[in-house]
Amino acid sequence: MGRKLLFDKAHIENIRYYDVYRANGGYGSAEKALKSMTPDQVLDEVKKSGLRGRGGAGFPTGMKWSFIAKPEGVPRYLVCNADESEPGTFKDRYLMEFIPHLLIEGLLISSYTLGANTCYIYIRGEYAWIPDILEEAIADAKKNGWLGKNIMGSGFDLEIYVQRGAGAYICGEETALIESLEGKRGNPRIKPPFPAVKGLYDCPTVVNNVETLATVVPILRIGGEEYAKYGTGKSTGTKLISACGNINKPGVYEIEMNISVEEFIYSDEYCGGIANGKRLKACIPGGSSVPILPANLLLKTAKGEPRMMTYESLADGGFATGTMLGSGGFIVLDEDQCIVKNTLTFARFYHHESCGQCSPCREGTGWMERVLKNIENGKGKMSDIDLLWDIQRKIEGNTICPLGDAAAWPVAAAIRHFRDEFEWHVLHPEEAQKRNFGLAHYADPLEIAAPAAV
Amino acid sequence: MFSEEKLNKVKEIIARYPQGRQKSALIPVLHLAQGEFGGWLSTETMDYVASLLQIKPIEVYEVATFYSMFNLQPVGKHVFEVCQTGPCMLRGSDNIIDYIKKKLDIGVGETTKDGLFTLKAVECLGACGYAPMMQLGKHYKEHLTPEKVDAIIEECRANAN
Ligand SMILES: Cc1cc2nc3c(=O)[nH]c(=O)nc-3n(C[C@H](O)[C@H](O)[C@H](O)COP(=O)(O)O)c2cc1C
Ligand code: SF4
Repeated sequence: MGRKLLFDKAHIENIRYYDVYRANGGYGSAEKALKSMTPDQVLDEVKKSGLRGRGGAGFPTGMKWSFIAKPEGVPRYLVCNADESEPGTFKDRYLMEFIPHLLIEGLLISSYTLGANTCYIYIRGEYAWIPDILEEAIADAKKNGWLGKNIMGSGFDLEIYVQRGAGAYICGEETALIESLEGKRGNPRIKPPFPAVKGLYDCPTVVNNVETLATVVPILRIGGEEYAKYGTGKSTGTKLISACGNINKPGVYEIEMNISVEEFIYSDEYCGGIANGKRLKACIPGGSSVPILPANLLLKTAKGEPRMMTYESLADGGFATGTMLGSGGFIVLDEDQCIVKNTLTFARFYHHESCGQCSPCREGTGWMERVLKNIENGKGKMSDIDLLWDIQRKIEGNTICPLGDAAAWPVAAAIRHFRDEFEWHVLHPEEAQKRNFGLAHYADPLEIAAPAAV
Repeated sequence: MFSEEKLNKVKEIIARYPQGRQKSALIPVLHLAQGEFGGWLSTETMDYVASLLQIKPIEVYEVATFYSMFNLQPVGKHVFEVCQTGPCMLRGSDNIIDYIKKKLDIGVGETTKDGLFTLKAVECLGACGYAPMMQLGKHYKEHLTPEKVDAIIEECRANAN
């Protein structure tokens, strides 16, 4: 069994309630921080741990926290990003539903470190039953002296509030989230200024993912140095992976970042192999925005080394032959799945979710959806494949926020690795309506890595 | 108009934000209003929310039109919001949508004549491991099969009587 730091007590019955959580050592890390450490000492532990943001970008958390501006007399805010809307990702939901106090304790320690006296949890609107769970946990924590004024005699005050969104993927982007929290449309802001200087209500603000903030609890429990001994290299610690698609055991798994992708997919401890005895065709290992990889490149890097579940190994080979760990939304496709159709659903998703501020994103996402729909429905032309490539290139890097890139990458990777399947759709429109392309033959991955300059 | 109880709830929500930042309460209050006034936001409802938060009506319209959970048209009593994004598609959400269409004799985006059911195809709801699935009111219905859909429809009908 892999070592666990977040889910180590998840199996304990009723761990979602305060008394049980507390009786099993809960709030021990908060007690340690508030009673015996200065905020700078806590920050030091987080830096030493090597913790990287679990929301998708993987930015070092300690460094992010050290950027927060501290002008005299201006409040600071901590915002917990529980928007969780990246297709394939459902890990934060599990944490909040089943171990809410782990998050509350993490928010307390993090707010103390940042000097924030107000913390908002921004949760996607569709998770409509979870705010009740969180609010109950907040009330119980408060009753027991972990929130409110002068917490545990430390002189530190904190209130935590839960804010529901209302259905907008873009509100997971931190500046759109802040706009939404201010009661506006979720239009991302132009950066700089960064939230650390000018965020919520123009005050210094840190936005972190649910899992990131919960992870601060075990870091303080075992110490930053010890935490950094988990995992591999710069991928320290454990990571929650939400696994879905055509596998035997979909669900949320905590992995130590030292196992191979192969072990994760095939071992009974995790996904338990491909469902219905089928073969693995492809995988999108980090949420819908990251590049899809065919089975051969997923399990082994282009150099022929086993691919590991770490930030570095998954990214090995860049976009030509690699992908990203992203949010940990692990989507598996078996041999019966159609890459064109799969790509179409994501293109439609990004088109639906574009906030519309930048023309390349607003127009490009809709255009990609229409072209993909034509190919899928047997009305595609050979030139459409190059057109798709061209559109995604014109979106990438030309927008205010990274949603544009997130929309471009899945299309680019699908064409890069599965061009033969797109061509088959165009050449055999009738057959493509009746059956799927199957596993077919993967061309030499390096050869088709990047279509000739367009 | 909200009841006394709901007005107190509005006050409680506004108190979460700094002085003068009551606009932050807009999305939570719109959720409250949609739940109270028939499952959708009419212009009158939005104007009322604007007056409660002392903001301009246009500020409410801007927000209500941006977020997909706010209905700007009346909807059926039970809204089936079936996820159709990649991970659900891989596990057969198309079949579930087709099944509901046939069973209720409506298309996506339509409401049954008796006003009981609306069918929507929506994007990822964060339940990918429990696919196919749909949102029904406050809760998720996961691991859907035709039999499960039948049972859900029966249950909704029973509640309607
Ligand atoms: C389009 C878009 C959607 C995002 N959605 C989420 C999300 O749902 N949850 C999340 O934690 N971060 C999301 N992010 C990343 C956030 O902008 C931000 O980087 C993150 O919350 C920082 O937290 P971390 O450093 O703890 O990962 C999204 C980013 C983009 C561009
Ligand atoms: S890239 Fe897309 S989602 Fe991001 S700001 Fe521009 S239009 Fe909006």
